[in-house]
Amino acid sequence: MATEIATRTSEPVVTTFGRDALVASGVVKAFRSDNKTRRAVDGISLRVQRGEIYGLLGANGSGKSTLIRVFSTLLIPDAGDVRVFGLDVQRDELAVKRLINRVSVEASFFKKLSAMENLVYSGRLYGVPAAEARAKALGILRRLGISSSRVNEPLEKLSRGMQQKVAIARAFLTAPMLLLLDEPTTGLDIRSKREVQTFVRDLRIEHDATILLTTHDLDEAERLADRIGILHDGRLVAEGTTEELRARYGASGLEDVFMTATGRRLEDADAPEETTP
Amino acid sequence: MIATMGTQLGLAYAFVEREIALSKRYWAWEIVWLVYGIVTSLSVAYIGLAAPAISGGQVDDAAVSRFVLYLLVGTIAWRFLGIIFENIGEVIAWERWEGTIEYTFMSPVPRLTHLLGMCAATLVRALAFSVGILACVALFVPVDLSHANAVSAIVLLGVGALAFVGLGIASAAFPLMWTEKGLQMAYIVQAVVLLVSGVYYPVDILPKWMQLLSVISPATYVIRGMRAALMDGADLGSLWPEVWPALVVGALSVPLGLRLFIAVERYAKRTGRLKRSG
Repeated sequence: MATEIATRTSEPVVTTFGRDALVASGVVKAFRSDNKTRRAVDGISLRVQRGEIYGLLGANGSGKSTLIRVFSTLLIPDAGDVRVFGLDVQRDELAVKRLINRVSVEASFFKKLSAMENLVYSGRLYGVPAAEARAKALGILRRLGISSSRVNEPLEKLSRGMQQKVAIARAFLTAPMLLLLDEPTTGLDIRSKREVQTFVRDLRIEHDATILLTTHDLDEAERLADRIGILHDGRLVAEGTTEELRARYGASGLEDVFMTATGRRLEDADAPEETTP
Repeated sequence: MIATMGTQLGLAYAFVEREIALSKRYWAWEIVWLVYGIVTSLSVAYIGLAAPAISGGQVDDAAVSRFVLYLLVGTIAWRFLGIIFENIGEVIAWERWEGTIEYTFMSPVPRLTHLLGMCAATLVRALAFSVGILACVALFVPVDLSHANAVSAIVLLGVGALAFVGLGIASAAFPLMWTEKGLQMAYIVQAVVLLVSGVYYPVDILPKWMQLLSVISPATYVIRGMRAALMDGADLGSLWPEVWPALVVGALSVPLGLRLFIAVERYAKRTGRLKRSG
């Protein structure tokens, strides 16, 4: 059955998706560097249901960020098929873009512009009028613990943690149906981490958003995710709820699950960053 | 249809607004570029004023005045076209440097709308700079525009802008393909166009092989036409031989530049070159 999803930028996106927000089938992505080819993503298939928070757990270099880039239309896979609410990320690229947003590990902004200028600009790109964007941005930033007195300062003057919170506000400002959070709390202090995690959970409930979260923080994965997938060397080696994974691997916690599924401890497996060109 | 156009204009305006905000934040650099433009244009104008002393011959005042205007029209028209080429050519390099490139490419804005927005912002900037430079230079050097045909000059600038928008879009693809050397390549293209387009001299004095390049440079026709319009008051009818070749370059370079950009964007998405760096 066709479903109409309202978006801000132009006509509504019409799609057929049932309960699935994201379906990836046999996704492969390899990069060539120094005459060597490395498969960053090696035949991954996964399914995320609407309204679900799906945690992708993996060490640095396991393929998390590459996979998120494929889902967010920034990388074209070498093989496989990705559908967002039934839409093909390559054939229906613009329609998919209207439904998604992403927070990356680097808070990427125009550094001389203020948080508010950056947010209003981002809002406009998704069809959110400036006045509405300002009001919404203030509300989101306040919930994330950033006072209104800081929103007009150049972003380069804000701390790394505050910049990351503005990045999260940017993603939520556009009310995405599918939110791709790529290690959103890396580098944040404990308190900021908790604020962001609470915010993510609250907004999932308030906005019926589907969230794909990558992390190498076991506690965060357990705290937020309804289901968890474990990535290792570009492959999905385990998947299920925390309880299912514990039961399957006879483990007391996620750390043991990770170790049994990958043969390594998460901290030990943290290799250097992925070698995308 | 109208609603869709309105939506696209709204999206394109996001880039104009962003560029205005960036200009305000980088105001010191804007002043640097403006002063640089004024000083270089003034220096070129003084070469004209010094013609009698340099040549050691008798050059009457009317000839000196004409020579100064000849040089000034070239330098300011080139400044206008150069800003368009540089700013559009730097669309990718700039966002790569800021680290925002993935967010711009992930947003639901058609590439045409994105580039149109950037072109609109660039045209405003180029016009503001060129008028500012001309006004400041006129304070120091006598500029005789009593015979000028302003309409012809504006039409030629418009046609030149169109052609350079296309060239700029094509050059903007270089940094997508070659993340580190792409921008340098765009600057080399710009330098060659400066050499062969008769900005400071008639192209007839160039070696034959360079004159061949001048034939395909839209700046050759725009600057020659601008001189005829501003120095001799040529009307659009008599300037048609300069207008149509530049129009042809614009009509070809804009769609070709856009196609090239979109093809290179796909290549960048296949090879992972959109990832931020710098």
